[in-house]
Amino acid sequence: MEEAGAVGDLFAADATDNLPLPAGGGQTLAVPRAFVLLAESIICHSDPARFDLLYRLLWRLQQERNLLAIPSDADVARAYGLEKSVRRDSHKMKAFVRFKEIDGVSGQGGRRRFLAWFEPDYHIVARTAPFFQRRFTDMDWIVATPKGSAAWNGDALTVSDDPAENPMLDDATDALWRTYFSNIFNPARLKVKAMQAEMPKKYWKNLPEAALIPGLIAGAEASVAAMAARAASQPPLFHERLQSAAASVVSNEPEAAPGTLDAVREEARSCTRCPLHCRATQTVFGEGPDNAGVMFVGEQPGDQEDLAGRPFVGPAGKVFGGMLAEVGLDRSTAYVTNAVKHFKYEPRGKRRIHQKPNIGEVQHCKWWLKLELDLVRPKLVVALGATALTALTDASQRFSNLRGTAQSFGPDQTLLVTVHPSYLLRIPDADRKQAETARFRADLELAAAIASGFAQTTTSPVGSRFMAS
Amino acid sequence: MKKTMNERLAILSDAAKYDASCASSGTTKRDSTRSGGLGSTESMGICHAYAPDGRCISLLKILMTNFCIYDCAYCINRSSSNVERARFSVEEVVWLTLEFYRRNYIEGLFLSSGIIRSSDHTMEEMVRIARELRTTHNFRGYIHLKSIPEASPLLIEEAGLYADRLSINVELPTDAGITRLAPEKRPAGIRRSMGDLRLKIEAANDPTLQTKRRKRFVPGGQSTQMIVGADDANDSVILGTSARLYGSYKLRRVYYSAFSPIPDASKNLPLIKPPLMREHRLYQADWLYRFYGFDIKEITASQPGGMLDLALDPKLAWALANRARFPVDINHAEREMLLRVPGLGTKAVNGILSARRYRRLRLEDLARLKVSLKKVQSFIVAEGWSPHRLIDRTDLRAMFEPQPQQMALFDATHHAERERRFRGLATAGAGPTPCRNSATGDRLGGGSGCGR
Repeated sequence: MEEAGAVGDLFAADATDNLPLPAGGGQTLAVPRAFVLLAESIICHSDPARFDLLYRLLWRLQQERNLLAIPSDADVARAYGLEKSVRRDSHKMKAFVRFKEIDGVSGQGGRRRFLAWFEPDYHIVARTAPFFQRRFTDMDWIVATPKGSAAWNGDALTVSDDPAENPMLDDATDALWRTYFSNIFNPARLKVKAMQAEMPKKYWKNLPEAALIPGLIAGAEASVAAMAARAASQPPLFHERLQSAAASVVSNEPEAAPGTLDAVREEARSCTRCPLHCRATQTVFGEGPDNAGVMFVGEQPGDQEDLAGRPFVGPAGKVFGGMLAEVGLDRSTAYVTNAVKHFKYEPRGKRRIHQKPNIGEVQHCKWWLKLELDLVRPKLVVALGATALTALTDASQRFSNLRGTAQSFGPDQTLLVTVHPSYLLRIPDADRKQAETARFRADLELAAAIASGFAQTTTSPVGSRFMAS
Repeated sequence: MKKTMNERLAILSDAAKYDASCASSGTTKRDSTRSGGLGSTESMGICHAYAPDGRCISLLKILMTNFCIYDCAYCINRSSSNVERARFSVEEVVWLTLEFYRRNYIEGLFLSSGIIRSSDHTMEEMVRIARELRTTHNFRGYIHLKSIPEASPLLIEEAGLYADRLSINVELPTDAGITRLAPEKRPAGIRRSMGDLRLKIEAANDPTLQTKRRKRFVPGGQSTQMIVGADDANDSVILGTSARLYGSYKLRRVYYSAFSPIPDASKNLPLIKPPLMREHRLYQADWLYRFYGFDIKEITASQPGGMLDLALDPKLAWALANRARFPVDINHAEREMLLRVPGLGTKAVNGILSARRYRRLRLEDLARLKVSLKKVQSFIVAEGWSPHRLIDRTDLRAMFEPQPQQMALFDATHHAERERRFRGLATAGAGPTPCRNSATGDRLGGGSGCGR
């Protein structure tokens, strides 16, 4: 078997010891496409046994159609090993080719010209050249290697197998690159073996930066020691100026008038009353007019609300908004908020799984809910779900007993209890889901009716006729 | 006197080296065939050089300026440091990027900056650089921009049109740590920026109704970095923060950067050797969480004080603490359990699953899948192999621990040597690889923080 062999050589007469020779002419062999790709790669290798191996695989594939799916097979493992070496060599060529500019010579139409010298292990120039064409399209270049060369002039990519000579060129920009290489290196983290595993010494002679490596390694310890010796000194003058400027700075952001909803909202942004704030993105405060007649109170913000900083914008928010529109309640005239203002969750892979806030968290956050109630003074408060009910009433009453009922809630205020819209999203059974959705709609219709009631008779006490019996 | 280009490059690359990321992967595939310009990105990034710190050099990683109005204790560029200062103009950064790229030194640009005048002013200059490269120079290489905290959302939006990746560093694992060491930074503000960016990326990914096309916006996603060892947060806290960041903001990567001594260090920080082994273990644990189906609590539960075992990799440590789950029959076990076997990486597991449909696998078969038998044999049953009571041996842990070694003459050498031995022994995949995100991303090895 010859080194310079091409695919045809696979069928050369002296193939292997005991495998049958192919019948002369005319016979076609069917192989999976994966084998063709594998063979194209492996023939670039320099291992003289590669043709034997490919022939053996070709033969075995006729009986064992799934052979390539068995990476633990000795022949297949060997083939994948060779393929990996070729891939790696090609990858290193993409990484370690260094173009040098040829000064004073410009190509067609003033294109800049570059030349590189590289020494690959295998016959990979033709395989790898298109990569350079795709990348360095606007310049003329030649990559010369002892195993052939490739050239691009803007029109055509030319590849040859003829061995080339090292042109021994210089490029002034290499000096800047060396400056970069030595300064991006951190002497406190010396890991020479890790470097050499990926950039073996055989490549060093053609890398302009590699000559610096021994010096950087030798000097690493000393430069770390020098760093340690140069302990903290007096800060520079401009630091003092910056610090005093920062201390005397007066916030030029307009401050909300104290005692207004805006002021409270601003204050809540930096709330640290419970530990949830460290894990969440931001406080999700209530939203809506500060004289809204209806206030909806949910449980806590979810994933989307946490990111957007607004209540009820996620999947449950969409259900909620859709239902409000159906029953004729304008969401923009209502005040929408949550019992707990930070999102509580558990990370699970790339998602966040909602977690119910505990009593302590609800209690801490009641501070804000109470301020919202006091400042908005809604005539109707709708508790969406058990957490909201707990936060609003401290009640020992069971949620299921109050569901769908309206009751008195402080002077001139009515409380209506229903489920949280996310509950509807979690019902797997279609019939039940439909029934529960209808119940939720009925509850909101009741809310709409109460709201229109006090819209008409704003002075009289509201809601008494809707009270639960 | 104005410093030369070479002097400024020295200062502004020295100032950039504490950012661990150098990844140029994970973006869309594109090239210059049709545009006739310069640059391409392929499915996998390329490391064009390696520094003797074992880190890959894939991008031109520089600061636009190292002047900074912030005073973060851990940072070389903090306002109270006497480090030499310099500044590049927009044109200079563009020129350097293109000339370096043409010589095939780099895959693109990773631009960060100290904060000058204001966040918006700084971010505006950085966006200008990216815009020049993309529109004026038709550059299709990789661009990673570090978002400046508190920069206006409009600027971030424009940056996202040109950049492959945007990142903003959370810096430290806890809010308390940030408040103490980086007084000007606001952790909630950083989280809000990451949340905003996630929403924008997701919105851009929704195909438009009319054309069904997706908008190109930060195709390489967002990443962040945490400094390890500058405050007293333990590994369990650090990993918990990572899990939250991955879940909340869909980050592509969280980088861990062992706190490394800096010149003219702040009095608030001890000058110590960077905890490289700890950093390495954190990366391994991070990989277990993202690719091996482990929960953070599982990884850290058996560890005293919430710190990962430095002598053993976290998967091995978990297996030794959960021996009742072993041995695992490689011819029958589910994928989830195979992934938990020390010594089996995702690639080996895929190989096993594929091969066992046709054959019953023996130990020799695993060896051909490049699995370390020494590591795996105590934990598995294979055709013709049972570990018998190996899994119950009380000295099983000792079999995997690095051998005690005589102290070397110089402490630094000893340190480096110990690092290397740990690395060699303790990788859960087929072997150590310094570029942990290499091609398949299936190994737990590595120590460079690079993800090409």
